[in-house]
Amino acid sequence: MTDQSSTRMNTAADGVAKLTPEPLARRMRSLSDRAIAWLFISPTIILLLAINIFPLIWTIQLSFTNYAANRPNRPVKDIGLRNYERILNDTDIWLAMQATAHFVIWTIVLQTLIGFTLAYLIDRKFRGHAFWTTLILLPMMLSPAVVGNFWRFLYQPQIGLFNYIISFFTGIPPSSFVMTGSVNLAPWSIVIVDTWMWSPYVMLICLAGLRSIPDYLYEAAEVDRASPWRQFWSITLPLAMPFIMLAVLFRGIENFKMFDMVNLLTGGGPGSTTEVASITLKREAFEKWRTGYSSAFAIILFVTVFGLANIYVKALNRVKQR
Amino acid sequence: MSRNNTRPRSSWPLFLRRGPMEIVATVLIALGVFMLMQPFWITLYTYSLVTTLAGTVMYIIVTKFPE
Repeated sequence: MTDQSSTRMNTAADGVAKLTPEPLARRMRSLSDRAIAWLFISPTIILLLAINIFPLIWTIQLSFTNYAANRPNRPVKDIGLRNYERILNDTDIWLAMQATAHFVIWTIVLQTLIGFTLAYLIDRKFRGHAFWTTLILLPMMLSPAVVGNFWRFLYQPQIGLFNYIISFFTGIPPSSFVMTGSVNLAPWSIVIVDTWMWSPYVMLICLAGLRSIPDYLYEAAEVDRASPWRQFWSITLPLAMPFIMLAVLFRGIENFKMFDMVNLLTGGGPGSTTEVASITLKREAFEKWRTGYSSAFAIILFVTVFGLANIYVKALNRVKQR
Repeated sequence: MSRNNTRPRSSWPLFLRRGPMEIVATVLIALGVFMLMQPFWITLYTYSLVTTLAGTVMYIIVTKFPE
């Protein structure tokens, strides 16, 4: 910092100090550094308590009752763990969890394969690789609401581009199948869209992992006459693995609570074939108005995501230690 | 002169050490998530929450243990 700008800042600070009323200034001078620090972070803590912690505690409390938000005058009864008991024996919720599992597992497998392959190719630093990186990253910059809506048009059997591309490669008439309307195809339709949208994100994390591998390891491997295949299995993959794990965990947690894109694309249908956990939760809470029951379900999902987040943080620390 | 690079043995019992207990807690969480989403047996699904919760609480506790 130059002397001139430092003097200017000191003058400004003096000006502010002069404007502070004397009783307030005296009170501030008597505060310790720790107290001032608490004073600065208290608005954030209050906001966090109000919009995160309070609703969480309230949801936990509601999960032990039979409260229904559409019948506020009905007496609220404490029913203990009965909501949890019902959910954990409810076959419909179990089916929703299986639909979620199908969605989470396949999106993770496809996104990891495609993302890592793209990162491996982009890492070659060919001519125009910066342009292709930007182009590949475009889908993840879009809003899930926009993606859900325009993929609904792409999946249209009469005018949809997706059906025409499938028809071009397989010869099946484009209007003979409806991706979002068929029981067999609908679960795959949401997997395709999520993979299209989030593979670039996995690519970005894998690219960071590949770029962190020091060149001297490959040079040493060249000296030892290791084949490119051997270099990939012995250097690239083991050293990029913590980053891949990070991407897998992050996408797993995100997809476990996926709502917006699925809701816009299929709305959980046809029937309940694409009814993932968050869609079921929305239906229980705001269509069937079983607030206590849906609160218990939300807490079950919260515990699962919280557990997974712990593993994620552990993986993150391992990456940081490298 | 050769230097002994091995770390000194911890006086803490195995079940009070952070590393192994963190692994146990992580396995419990992963098992709980698998039980919640598996399509084979509803009994596993029924006990999934308890397993995940046990793993999560255990993880929170054992991260305070010494290395």
